[in-house]
Amino acid sequence: MSQHAPTSGHAPMSSQTSMAAASAATGAVTSALLPGFDNPVDDAQQVFRAALDAFAHPGMLQALPAASVGRPAGLSPAMTALLLTLADSDTPVWLPADIGSEARAFLRFHCGCPLVDNAAQATFVCVPMGDTPPSLAQCAQGDPAYPDRSATLLLELAALSNDAAPLSATVSDNGGDTYTLRGPGIETTQTLLASGLPNDFRAQWRANNAGFPLGVDLLLTAGDRFCALPRTTHLED
Amino acid sequence: MNTQISSEADVTGNANVERAAWMRILALAGPDALDAAWDRLTRDGEVPAYRFLRKPESGMTMVRARAGGTGAQFNLGEVSVTRCAVVLDVGGDVDGVAGVAYLQGCGARGARHAERAAVLDALMQLPTWQARVQASVIAPLDADLAARAAREVAETAQTRVEFFTMVRGED
Repeated sequence: MSQHAPTSGHAPMSSQTSMAAASAATGAVTSALLPGFDNPVDDAQQVFRAALDAFAHPGMLQALPAASVGRPAGLSPAMTALLLTLADSDTPVWLPADIGSEARAFLRFHCGCPLVDNAAQATFVCVPMGDTPPSLAQCAQGDPAYPDRSATLLLELAALSNDAAPLSATVSDNGGDTYTLRGPGIETTQTLLASGLPNDFRAQWRANNAGFPLGVDLLLTAGDRFCALPRTTHLED
Repeated sequence: MNTQISSEADVTGNANVERAAWMRILALAGPDALDAAWDRLTRDGEVPAYRFLRKPESGMTMVRARAGGTGAQFNLGEVSVTRCAVVLDVGGDVDGVAGVAYLQGCGARGARHAERAAVLDALMQLPTWQARVQASVIAPLDADLAARAAREVAETAQTRVEFFTMVRGED
């Protein structure tokens, strides 16, 4: 960027900023891009607060406090808002190969996050509805000295509920499953109904528990609601 | 960073170079000069409606420099920067045209500057508007910029000191 163009006479300086890369990248902006949050700062703070609450109360559903104005094809409101809040240039994001270019352009423009093809390199592994998630063991598990350098999976599910009764009718059709959660942040047990998790999810999650302090954390989203499953939460059989 | 820019420019030919030139002029324009130019442009008719892709937002960015243009890179300091992106609603089947602005400055003034610069960047990409914007905005601002640079060079030249060494005669 030439904003610090040298005023001649003094020692000439070549100046460049990280903005130069940013403006070069936006030079190729596709005009079909959608806007992000209406008030980026306030909305991201509210969503971040909801995400904190979700991780403090594993399995308890949170309503989305603010949704982004634009909704790229393939991403649900909750997933879009969480990515807008959490992803930035330091957090590589993995998306399934078949997701449209609209969602990729949206994330690249608003989050500036690198998009990677290898799930093991991603900080956020983002799986929209209908896509097969990579196995938990495939994702970054963190380092014994830095367990926080692990991946967080964002999984879009057909339905999520804390209440066994009203959902059971719809869930029984598409293989919904009731999970009883136990662990830090849960006073006794927490019931979670989720439909659309992989068939071997219980085994995968047990293995994820066994690797503590390493392991991945989960954010489950369904439409405009979401909940968290941190690696400390256990599933009862 | 530089290689990335040059490779992009190679792909799209001179379009990026030209666009970079007018984006530079819009970013470096004085706020008053830009306001005057905007008034000149809108006197003949309203600009098309537009929506924000990214509202004006300000932040800090590190300016890095090289002593003498060749030395090791060092961090010169942080400057406040405002950026904005808009999409023009051209109507019809045509997708909107996106305009982007990054400029030094902040606050309400920087925000208005960035918004207008982004709209003008988008208008410059429309064949129907390009000549008009070029004539009533870009050309005058470019002339302002050149005049300002020339004035600064002249002022600096007054303080120029020629150093030379007296050779003492051998005795």
